[in-house]
Amino acid sequence: MSDKTVTLKEAPRLAGFLKSMLRDYGMLISLFAIMAFFEVVTDGTLLRPLNLTNLVLQNSYVVMMALGMLLVIVTGNIDLSVGSVSGFIGAVAAVLIVKFGVHYVLAALVCLVLGAAIGAAQGYWVAYFKIPSFIVTLAGMLVFKGLALAILGGQSVGPFPVEFQRLSSGFIPELISNADGIYPTSLAIGAALALALVWQNARSRAQQQSYGIETEPNGFFLAKNFLLFAVIVYFAYLLASYRGLPNVLVIMTALVALYAFVTTRTILGRQIYAVGGNAKAAKLSGIKAERLTFLTFVNMGVLAALAGLVFAARLNTATPKAGLGFELDVIAACFIGGASAYGGVGRVSGAVIGAMIMGVMNNGMSILGIGIDYQQVIKGLVLLGAVCLDVYNQRRS
Amino acid sequence: MNALLEMRGISKYFTGVKALTEVSFTVAEGEIHALVGENGAGKSTLVKVLSGVYPHGSYEGSIVFDGEERRFRDINDSEAFGIIIIHQELALIPLMSIAENIFLANPPAHFGVIDRGAVHRRTLELLATVGLDESPDTLITDIGVGKQQLVEIAKALSKRVRLLILDEPTASLPEKDSAALLSLLLEFKARGIASILIAHKLSEVARVADRITVLRDGRTVDTMDCRGKPVEEDRIIRKMVDRDLEHRYPRRTPKIDGTVFRVSGWSAYHPLHSDRQVIKGIDFEVRRGEIVGIAGLMGAGRTEFAMSLFGRSWGQKISGRAEIDGREVDVSTVQRAIDAGLAYVTEDRKQFGLLLAEDVRKNVTLANLSAVASANVLDDAREFQVASDYRRRMRIRSHSVYQETGTLSGGNQQKVVLSKWLFTDPKVLFLDEPTRGIDVGAKYEIYCIINELADAGRGVVVISSELPELLGICDRICVMNNGGIVGEFPAAKATQEMIMRTIMRSGETAP
Repeated sequence: MSDKTVTLKEAPRLAGFLKSMLRDYGMLISLFAIMAFFEVVTDGTLLRPLNLTNLVLQNSYVVMMALGMLLVIVTGNIDLSVGSVSGFIGAVAAVLIVKFGVHYVLAALVCLVLGAAIGAAQGYWVAYFKIPSFIVTLAGMLVFKGLALAILGGQSVGPFPVEFQRLSSGFIPELISNADGIYPTSLAIGAALALALVWQNARSRAQQQSYGIETEPNGFFLAKNFLLFAVIVYFAYLLASYRGLPNVLVIMTALVALYAFVTTRTILGRQIYAVGGNAKAAKLSGIKAERLTFLTFVNMGVLAALAGLVFAARLNTATPKAGLGFELDVIAACFIGGASAYGGVGRVSGAVIGAMIMGVMNNGMSILGIGIDYQQVIKGLVLLGAVCLDVYNQRRS
Repeated sequence: MNALLEMRGISKYFTGVKALTEVSFTVAEGEIHALVGENGAGKSTLVKVLSGVYPHGSYEGSIVFDGEERRFRDINDSEAFGIIIIHQELALIPLMSIAENIFLANPPAHFGVIDRGAVHRRTLELLATVGLDESPDTLITDIGVGKQQLVEIAKALSKRVRLLILDEPTASLPEKDSAALLSLLLEFKARGIASILIAHKLSEVARVADRITVLRDGRTVDTMDCRGKPVEEDRIIRKMVDRDLEHRYPRRTPKIDGTVFRVSGWSAYHPLHSDRQVIKGIDFEVRRGEIVGIAGLMGAGRTEFAMSLFGRSWGQKISGRAEIDGREVDVSTVQRAIDAGLAYVTEDRKQFGLLLAEDVRKNVTLANLSAVASANVLDDAREFQVASDYRRRMRIRSHSVYQETGTLSGGNQQKVVLSKWLFTDPKVLFLDEPTRGIDVGAKYEIYCIINELADAGRGVVVISSELPELLGICDRICVMNNGGIVGEFPAAKATQEMIMRTIMRSGETAP
């Protein structure tokens, strides 16, 4: 048995390295390829500062929900209700703020708590009663779609106060006067973030080397991090040359960082992946599988509520149709990003990249004037193709 | 004696690995030919070459069946010649009936409409042949593994069989069922059907086989004729492992101290049938440095006993008192049981023990993550050190602690599971079938580890269906039957016969 592993090691290192690189960065490379494609065919419209800002605003809520969905999927479940829930929460916010004149901060808090309660209600059946999540959340999808219609009385409710709108359409305040149409604070924050990421990469690489683990070649590491740095700074520059960093991008980035940290570096994250990988073994190792599954649904509810608030603030109105079909984009984002439908596998970075791929395609195809009909066809094929590629890669390695 | 099958100079490569080297193997008409060897010796690969799972062209050498060279492209080709293979993992569909399973691929039919009468009739005939007294309409899920095995054989007989290949048919069967299965092979032999029997239980092999071929590292080591006089087990083992296992079990001088773990009046009921008491008021104790074996047939309640103790992982309405170091402990959840100092190493490491898609490191620390974390944040460096330390101490053969456990051999997987539980620093370990599905060499290593555990002052409980193993490594053996402990022997004085007699006698007196 043991000699198999020895011979594997002797395989040409470069080929093996390229293969593993393709597996690890395949989706990121696809994202860049798709962006480059649309940048060319839209004659440079895609990356114009105005459009890039819109791209962020349009997709922030998908990314937020994808973070929650990833954890749900990792535990081997699915949540079909997130679109309806976010629409319902938007409606609740509108009714509270516009009709009853509740202060927007209080209303937002009530909405987040309500989201948690909705997640708890659904998670309870899934985790403790072992009812398949597909069924529970399919029911939730209908229930909350109906409730949204009911409390809005079938009409749109708005507009929101200006302060609430800033959640979605505001930009971070500029500290230094902006010369030449550039927002220096935003640019500085972008550069600082890029530096922090590069420093983090270097540190974990040094640590891996100190353990004697084989790492990627030096040249590749440098090139990769230089590229990472350049891309982030470039995007920050583009945003800074419009109106600076959108508030929602700040919230989103903070959430992405938080979830990346929780999933990879904490006991909680490790245990969630263990439950998804082998629930029976996890339980026999003292992990409370039911409680963790329950919590992933509570978390999903809160994030769906946040997304609902962001979306309502962006449209400046709550409509009965808000949230329609969001769940499909969110779930697709996770699977395009490499999550496994069987649970136990999936990364935050993957889900974020998946959401961005969906977002860029939506945006790029809209600019090209492709109808909503064929947009769906193309998105569907991309989802299938991405997952096929992933399965193929897994099987080969 | 005419050769039915002759495999000549078979070599088979997998990317970079030579699985078979110039293997030659013959089966005579109406012969039972056993194929033995350690895990990974190439037994399964050889029969896969034979049955066409690995098609002609993917291997070197030639296969002569019934006097002519054959080139099977797939399993249908070989089945057409009457070569039928029954795999270790049964290929039955649980929610279909016995009859539906037997005639799954080719039911008797007219114009595509299944002739249910004919299916029923022929199923009854086939079941009678294999000695299975069940209705053809019984669902597979409602019968035990032993009977399922018989259904597989009936299914094989529904085709024209000339050579039956059984891959570890008795691995998961209790003694009685495997005896029935083996006598069935003898019956087939009388009817002129030859069999290839792949098996780990050498005593069974010796009972029915005409010849035994030993494979080691993908080569034929020897073919022994056992029709004249029986071949000694030790001789087979020596050939299998290529080293003289003068002692199959490592020597140890027990240093036994006071009682570390005591259970009294432990009872548990079946999780689905709340009126069925499965564990019936067990009193049991383990001393520091002692290895206690629990013997018993399948269904005696051994695993159920251990799992109900370990955080109520099995059963309902559990009652009884558990003490560690003389103090009563709360073992009502797995976490509490771990905190109290218990560990349970499952009998089914793939289903209940490991995260197969995760690496060695994550598996080793899983049950005690807080020990490699501060304020709930994992410390990569500490985790790496812990995992590397266990990898070295337990001699886990992997290229690093970052290798996925699913790609390790059975013995190394078991060492990972043991590492996980050692890292919780338990006072008492329950090891459920610790060497199941592990080859002879790795077994020896596991025994050494068990000895070290006991010598470190822990109490060790070994549940095993292999009596020689219990006799070889334990200090004391408790015999379980029908949910209770029915006998206890110092291992030094016990024999297999004594244990079996105790089980049988307790069965007679039971209500």
